Amino acid sequence: MDFATIIQIADSALRLATPLLLACLAGLFSERAGIFDIGLEGKILASAFFSAAVAASTGSVWLGLIAGVASSLAFSGVHGVASITFQGNQLISGVALNFLASGITILIGTAWFSLGGRTPSLSGGQRFSPVDLPFADAVANVPVLGPIYSDLLSGHTILVYVALLMVPLSWFVLYRTRFGLRLRAVGENPAAVDTAGVSVIRLRYASMAIAGVLCGLAGVYLATGLAAGFVKEMSAGRGFIALAALIFARWRPWNALYATLLFGLLEAIANRYQNIDLGAFVLPVQFMQALPYILTVIILAGFGGTAVAPKAGGQPYVKER
Amino acid sequence: MDKMPKWADVALIPFLNLLIAFVLSGLVILAIGENPIKALQMMISGALGSSYGWGYTLYYATNFIFTGLAVSIAFKAAMFNIGGEGQAMIGGLGVALVCLYIPFPHWSVALLVAMAGGAIFGAAWAIIPAYLQARRGSHVVITTIMFNFIAASVLNYMLVNVLRVKGSMDPASGRFPETTHLPTLHDILAPLGISFSRAAPVNVSLFIALIACVVVYLLLWRSRLGYEIRAFGLSPDASVYAGISPFKIIMIAMILSGGLSGMMSINNTMGEAERLVLNSVEGAGFIGIAVALMGRNHPFGVLLAALLFGFLYQGGSELSLWTKIPRELVIVIQALVILFTGALDNMVRGPVERIFINYAKRRAG
Repeated sequence: MDFATIIQIADSALRLATPLLLACLAGLFSERAGIFDIGLEGKILASAFFSAAVAASTGSVWLGLIAGVASSLAFSGVHGVASITFQGNQLISGVALNFLASGITILIGTAWFSLGGRTPSLSGGQRFSPVDLPFADAVANVPVLGPIYSDLLSGHTILVYVALLMVPLSWFVLYRTRFGLRLRAVGENPAAVDTAGVSVIRLRYASMAIAGVLCGLAGVYLATGLAAGFVKEMSAGRGFIALAALIFARWRPWNALYATLLFGLLEAIANRYQNIDLGAFVLPVQFMQALPYILTVIILAGFGGTAVAPKAGGQPYVKER
Repeated sequence: MDKMPKWADVALIPFLNLLIAFVLSGLVILAIGENPIKALQMMISGALGSSYGWGYTLYYATNFIFTGLAVSIAFKAAMFNIGGEGQAMIGGLGVALVCLYIPFPHWSVALLVAMAGGAIFGAAWAIIPAYLQARRGSHVVITTIMFNFIAASVLNYMLVNVLRVKGSMDPASGRFPETTHLPTLHDILAPLGISFSRAAPVNVSLFIALIACVVVYLLLWRSRLGYEIRAFGLSPDASVYAGISPFKIIMIAMILSGGLSGMMSINNTMGEAERLVLNSVEGAGFIGIAVALMGRNHPFGVLLAALLFGFLYQGGSELSLWTKIPRELVIVIQALVILFTGALDNMVRGPVERIFINYAKRRAG
C-alpha cells in the first residue's frame, strides 16, 4: 500500500466519519441531559430526504439545509414531547420515530417526485461544493505534508469543517459554560438541578433542540455532500453506529471525534477492499461491516474499562412524587 | 374511585391510540393526494375480500404472533428486546440448516426439528445480550440493536460464502427438499371440503403460533416461573427480597423471547420461501414491538394485534399494486401505533382518566 492510497483511504474515512460525528454529538447532548435517543437514525434519514427534496425543487442547497434541519428538529420535538412532557418511554419513542422517518420519506418522496422514493440527482448549486483551504495548490508538491494538507484536509464541503469545529465547540459548551454544567447535571441528578431552581424541562428541551440541529446537519451532509440526492433508507444504520460511537467515546466530545474517525475508517476500508487477505486467513467484508457493532458490544461488556452512562438516562423527570 | 375501570385500560385506551394513529395516517394519505376512505376500502377488500387475501393476512399475522409474543415476554420481565429482527434472521439460519442437511421422512418430523432449530438459534442470539445485561449491566436495548446488525452480517456471510448455490449470483440457499415442505391451509382444508386459495402462503405454522399463544399465557399466568417473571418485571428490587434471582429471570426471559423470534422462521423460511433468502424477516421482528404494545403484552391481545398488522400488511401491498400509495404506508402506520400506544400513552390516558374520575365523583356527590 503506497502513500497515495493511504491518503485516499484517510480522505474517504473523514468524509464517512462526518455524518457519524454530527450524529454522535447530537446523541451526546441528548444523553448528557438524560434522554436516550435511539431515534438518531430516523432524524438523519428525515433530514437527508427533506434537504435533498427541497434542494432539488428549489435549486438551492441552503434552502435544503434549512428544510433538513427543520425536519430533524420536528422529530426532536416529538421525541421531547413524548419523553419530557408526557413522560413516555424514550426508547419506544425513538423506535417509533425511526420507523416514521423510514416510512414517511418514501411515502412523500414517491408522491413528490414519482421516482419510487428517490429524489432526482442533485448537481451544481443543489449540492455543497468542495471548499479549497488556502494555499492548498501551493503546498501540494511538498512531500508528505503537501498531500496531507491539500488532498486529505482540503477539498471537503463546508459541513465537514463545521462538524470538526463542533467538537471543540461542544467541549466548550459542555465543560466551560454554565449551561453545559447544568445540562450535564440534569443527566446525572435532575432533582438536584430542580432544587437549585433551574428548569429541568427547559434544559432537556434545549438538549433536544441541539440534538435536532446536529442530526439535521448529518442528514444534510449525507444527501447533499456525501451523495448527490436521496435514496431509500440511505442513512443505512449510521444513526446506530453513531450511538455505538457515543458509547465507545464514553459520552465525551473529543473521544467522539476519535471514535467516529475510527468507524469511518472501518467503513472506508470495507468499501475499498472486499475481502482482506491476512495470509493465514481472509477477513470477509461482512466482518468489516459488523466490526463497529462488535467493538461496541465488547466495550459495553466492560472490557477495556467501563462505560458509565449518565445516571438519569432514560428516566422521565417527575417533579413531585 | 381514583382509578378508571379495567375495560377502559385494556380496550378503550388502545382503541383511542389506534384511532389517532389511523386518523393521522389518513391525513398523510390525504396530503399525498389520495383518498383515505377509498384506500381503506381497497385495503379491506384486498386483505379480507377473498381467501387469497385472507391467506396472506393470516400468513403475515403468523409471523407477527411469534415476534409479538417474543417482545411481550421480554417486556414482562422489564426488558425491551429490540433484537427480534436479528434473532429471527439467525433463527432462519437454524431452520435452513436443519432443512438442508437432515434428511426427513415426513414434514411433521421436519417441522418439529425445524422448530427446535429455529428456537435454539434465535435463543442463542439473545443469550449474549441477556448475559451482558444480567452480569455486566450493559443495556439490553443497545446490545440487541448491535446484534441485529451483526446478525445481518452473519446471514450475509453465510448466504454468500457458505449456503449459496454454486454458480448462482443470488445470495440465497438452495431449495429445501420436498419432504420439508409444510402443508398450506389449502392442503389442510381441502380434505374437509372447504376450498381455500392455493396460492396463499398461510400454512400449518399458523396453528403452531396459536398454540404458542396458549403456552405463553399458561407460562406467564399459570406457572411459578411466569409469576417470577412478572414479579421481577414489576419491581426488580422487591422480587430479589422474594428470593427471585434477577440473573435467572433475565436469562430465561431473553432465551424464551429469542426462541420465539427464531421460531418465526418455520413460517417465512420453511413454509413460504422454502429456502433461506437475505431479507426473509422483512421487518417482522420490529413489528413485534408494535404488536406487543398494541396487545398490552397479553397473548390474546398479541393475537388480535397480529391479525390487525397482518391485515395492514396485506392491505398495504394490495394498495401499492393499484394506487400510487407505496407499501411503506404500513411502516408509517406502524410507527404511529408504536408512538401513540407506547410513548405518548399518557397523552390519551391523562384526559380519559380525568373524565372517568370526574364522572365517578359527580355520581357519588
